[in-house]
Amino acid sequence: MDHLQSRLNKELPGFFPRWSTYQDQTRVVVPSEQILVTLKACKKIGFDQLTDITCVDLLEYGGSEDRFEVVYLLLNTESGERLTVKTYLNEPDLTIPSATQVWSGADWLERETYDMYGIIFAGHPNFKRLLLPQEFQSFPMRKDYPVKGRGERHNFPVITRAES
Amino acid sequence: MATEINKTVGDNVFLTTLDAAASWARANSLWPMPFATACCGIELMSSAGSRHDLSRFGSEVMRFTPRQCDLMIVAGRVVMKMLPVLQRIWLQMPEPKWCISMGACACSGGVFDTYAVVQGIDRFIPVDVYVPGCPPRPEQLIRSIIDLQEKIKSGGTYNAREFKLRILPEGPQRFDEDELIRIRERNGLKLEPPTYDPVH
Repeated sequence: MDHLQSRLNKELPGFFPRWSTYQDQTRVVVPSEQILVTLKACKKIGFDQLTDITCVDLLEYGGSEDRFEVVYLLLNTESGERLTVKTYLNEPDLTIPSATQVWSGADWLERETYDMYGIIFAGHPNFKRLLLPQEFQSFPMRKDYPVKGRGERHNFPVITRAES
Repeated sequence: MATEINKTVGDNVFLTTLDAAASWARANSLWPMPFATACCGIELMSSAGSRHDLSRFGSEVMRFTPRQCDLMIVAGRVVMKMLPVLQRIWLQMPEPKWCISMGACACSGGVFDTYAVVQGIDRFIPVDVYVPGCPPRPEQLIRSIIDLQEKIKSGGTYNAREFKLRILPEGPQRFDEDELIRIRERNGLKLEPPTYDPVH
């Protein structure tokens, strides 16, 4: 971790992100306005694969001050190192710069994160819902969204035998 | 009168109503439209295979265009994004047509009581035969087709009362009252127990 930390800090002049390890997993937490700089620096030091982008809703989570935690999982395919980059977002401003200019594979991952959590990735080339219908109103993986939904599954016309 | 005609023509002719003859022909040449979205579709394929051999019952001609079919077998869960497609396919099938809801998910949503899964296709399209099971065995599907054939053979031209029944929606009501979320929203997301006066 120390080696990785010094390598990344060399690429990131001006601010020092928060590092931690848990069960051999290295995590780095950066402010949301620095996320694009950090991701570019990570790619520069060898993390060439973006494994996943996802989000955690920390509503009513013990000890958390922030609402959303956006997580980037990176992999160095040469050395096998993995790195988790995290940032925090709070309502009402859920905007974060898109990582599509760093990794093209971030396209669908960011659209899925928007679909489920409502995180807005600014600068995305084709920003719309990925899995749910376009007219869907809410973001179902948020903790304040009920499991059975808000009636979306009932909201269809009924076809009787005489009409069909 | 029938006996007199029988005396005249012998065994070469038998008499029936046109309804019964048409229903007999329809019941023994069902062309299923396999709307298979999940694991029930595997059992549906198996029942058409050589071991269970659905063609013994005259309904093995699976067609993947709804315009050639008269029986829709909905096998698997239907999510809210798929339901408009299901309704459109149902409307594209020519009359007369029937529907078998195969498996727990198509009948009631099954274990998938979530925001996206439709809680039974009978809320939105008419269903003739329900097949329980998760997934049902091919024997159960074959039994449902035999039952549907009985239903078709017993049907015919509709009288006025039957036609009135046809324009009523079948299945559960669109919004059922025991949905917890609706109760919560009606109370403004506050779950307060109702106050009872023990005296009155």
